[in-house]
Amino acid sequence: MPDPSIQHHTFVIERRYPAPPERVFAAFADPSKKRRWFAEGEKANVERFEADFRVGGSEYTRFHFDSGACENDTIYLDIRPNQSIVFAYTMTLNGNRFSSSQATVELLPTENGTQEKGTHLIFTEQGAYFEGADGPAIREEGWSVLLNQLPTVLED
Amino acid sequence: MPSQATRVHRVFHALGDPTRRAIVEKLSYGPASVSSLAGPLEITVAAVVQHLQVLEDSGLVRTTKVGRVRTCRMEPAGLSVAERWIASRRSLWERRLDRLGDLLAEPERELP
Repeated sequence: MPDPSIQHHTFVIERRYPAPPERVFAAFADPSKKRRWFAEGEKANVERFEADFRVGGSEYTRFHFDSGACENDTIYLDIRPNQSIVFAYTMTLNGNRFSSSQATVELLPTENGTQEKGTHLIFTEQGAYFEGADGPAIREEGWSVLLNQLPTVLED
Repeated sequence: MPSQATRVHRVFHALGDPTRRAIVEKLSYGPASVSSLAGPLEITVAAVVQHLQVLEDSGLVRTTKVGRVRTCRMEPAGLSVAERWIASRRSLWERRLDRLGDLLAEPERELP
């Protein structure tokens, strides 16, 4: 009997950008912009990226790399223009779903006297990570992702 | 008990070597004897033992000897699968948000 183990985890990442919330929001809302930072840049080919940015709309990304294909299915749950975006997404590896998450993006305007308007971005993810469906494959992917980052870390 | 900073340093030192990364990748699929690691890596058993020492010091790997066979396995506390996954998920978004910063830093083009 397979041992069901779902790990739940919440993490928060913050960034400060020297651009007003409207521009940061546009980078999420405009598919041609979103694709560039969200999908491209990973060590994988972007096979498909389709976005329908509205509450109830979905977004689909498919990556292809050596050991298989990874899909991201996103649905938008709440959108407050220039303020916040809440979405849920699942990820699959070679057809096996391995996680389901809710993510929240908050955009807070920052202004410092005569300085340009900036944005304080807070990204919160609450995730349920499944293991066992495709254990070794997930382990391998997790390791290779981690190990691929290592050269970058070591260069710092 | 080494400090957190020391432990992190040891882990990165351990994983900084490509042969040790190969050992760790092999062990991520299950335990293996020291002698079985040497062949595929095309290094001597003595070399494997040296690498395993570093990996054990970093807390990533545990070795036990039963009779004449020394077996190595990933140390669950060192870097559990769940933690690894969570770390890589967080890292994925860290990279994305870094790239978003790069995109925002590009000059805006006026649309006609």
